[in-house]
Amino acid sequence: MRALWTLIIALALAACATTETPQTQPPAGVEDRAPGTAPSGPGTQGVPPKPVTGVDLTGGRPATSQADPLRDPASILSQRSVYYDFDRYDIKDDYKPMIEAHARHLRENGGIKMLIQGNTDERGSREYNIALGQRRAEGVKRMLMLLGTREEQLEAVSLGEEKPKEVGHTEEAWARNRRSDMLYPGEY
Amino acid sequence: MSPMRNLLAAILVLFAACSAHAQLSIEITGAGAQRIPIAIAPLAGEAALLDASGATLSAIVRADLERSGLFRGLEVPRLVPQPTESSSVNYAEWRSRLADALVLGSVARRPDGRFEVRFRLFDVLKQTTIGGVAYTLSRDQVRATAHRIADYVYEKLTGEKGVFSTRIAYVVKRGERFELQVADADGANEQAMLVSNEPIISPAWSPDGRRIAYVSFQNKKPIVYVQDIEVPKQLIVANFKGSNSAPAWSPDGSSLAVALTRDGNSQIYLINPDGSNPRRLTRTAGIDTEPAFSPDGRWIYFTSDRGGSPQIYRMSATGADAQRITFEGGYNVSPRVSPDGNSLAYVTRNSGKFQVALLDLGTRQVQMLSDSDLDESPSFAPNGRQILLATIVGGRGVLTAVSADGRVKQRLTVSAGDVREPAWGPLIP
Repeated sequence: MRALWTLIIALALAACATTETPQTQPPAGVEDRAPGTAPSGPGTQGVPPKPVTGVDLTGGRPATSQADPLRDPASILSQRSVYYDFDRYDIKDDYKPMIEAHARHLRENGGIKMLIQGNTDERGSREYNIALGQRRAEGVKRMLMLLGTREEQLEAVSLGEEKPKEVGHTEEAWARNRRSDMLYPGEY
Repeated sequence: MSPMRNLLAAILVLFAACSAHAQLSIEITGAGAQRIPIAIAPLAGEAALLDASGATLSAIVRADLERSGLFRGLEVPRLVPQPTESSSVNYAEWRSRLADALVLGSVARRPDGRFEVRFRLFDVLKQTTIGGVAYTLSRDQVRATAHRIADYVYEKLTGEKGVFSTRIAYVVKRGERFELQVADADGANEQAMLVSNEPIISPAWSPDGRRIAYVSFQNKKPIVYVQDIEVPKQLIVANFKGSNSAPAWSPDGSSLAVALTRDGNSQIYLINPDGSNPRRLTRTAGIDTEPAFSPDGRWIYFTSDRGGSPQIYRMSATGADAQRITFEGGYNVSPRVSPDGNSLAYVTRNSGKFQVALLDLGTRQVQMLSDSDLDESPSFAPNGRQILLATIVGGRGVLTAVSADGRVKQRLTVSAGDVREPAWGPLIP
């Protein structure tokens, strides 16, 4: 019993140490905490598996997220947005490494889900923009699936022109609003 | 399917009995080519029966008729004794005031505390009586009665139904708050059907004017609801995977056409108003959305990018025989068929501007109805004489009602908010 408590406290301290180290080992932090890849295999035996599946714990908790690659500006996983030209939904090559990184993350963390929200600028029909935003989101979803993500992990929805990130009637505002966002639980 | 039948007692839903605060205000520009000069004399005794804002029956009737762009209300001096509907008419005198038509009437209090309004409409040129009506009403029905009188006069003198007794629905965005509002056609008597912190779009009146279908993002994605205008409860009609939107009632009210993405891209389906029996109508690899029935129910007009750019198509109501309708320009969306089925209003991109156009389906002639940059959501008045649309003026969302000949415009604004997504309700018998 005493040994178990020691272990739990040690693990807790280790966890604290990880979260307080800013940006030193960005991508490794979460991946080491995933059950399958934890190096200290025997040591995790006494710990219920659920709390240590990394990403689920960090969802919606920005205060403790310094080591979370999803929020670490140095990690490509912190990038979530694909931008488009007017009335277009093809994904430009620039965004492919980012989508590949998220596909890998989703593959390696088979329990997590992603919501893909498609957005448009304010011009034209609100309803056509719902359909266009959906097509943009579906395009990202299809690429993630081609890269090995399971469909059950993904939902594509459209916000059309209804939730602009940038208000204003300028080319710059419109360009920022023609966008798909890849969001993990707790982020929407 | 059962969750779709769930009646949600939504906390969001409000139904304010009567909101006294400021509502839509209306500004009119332009005028019809030939406006009928009409004298609407103050009804004898009408000072005892004012509406909540202090307006008289004759003033409301005159404002209604002038707003249509087809009438010019003449100033009528104070007449002693005040004429009533049964006075003998001195036609020569009214002719000297340049009136083509004349309304005389009276208001009397009944023993039960209610009121009786009588009026008569005269043809001054032909020196004849056209007709008259009597109404019994309570004090809170002043505006409704005035709109009925205006409808009568309008129909007798133009040969078309008046729409002064109809209602409009629209969405107001105030800060982060969205309100689905229903008001009289003159903007008065605004009542909130739904208030939410998430967007609301695409209100659509049922043909009987009792229910409104709309799209709400209250659950973080577009879902189609139907709500009875007198019952503060939301009924989910379509909540499938992905997006659910663009509701349009069939003319008999038995089904709704909707755009769903449950099978991938946006496609058009029919679904019953209780959410049962969804059936797919289009099968394309592209976008199909914005269905709109023709008034006879035989056709569904819709927007599709199947040809490479968004254009308007039509198909039979069973989904067969799709054919392209618009060919000019690279962006034609939001089709709405006129009540007589002869013309189509839609939004077209014209040198980078998004404007409402009117296509004569017989002659194929196109007329531009607006000259602004960001027009959306055209909606026909049920008599086809006006088209209500949303636009941006000075960075603010406003509604504009344009006469079908493009000559008369009314601008409807709200204080401290954006107004958008207009839907003109049906004629109520």
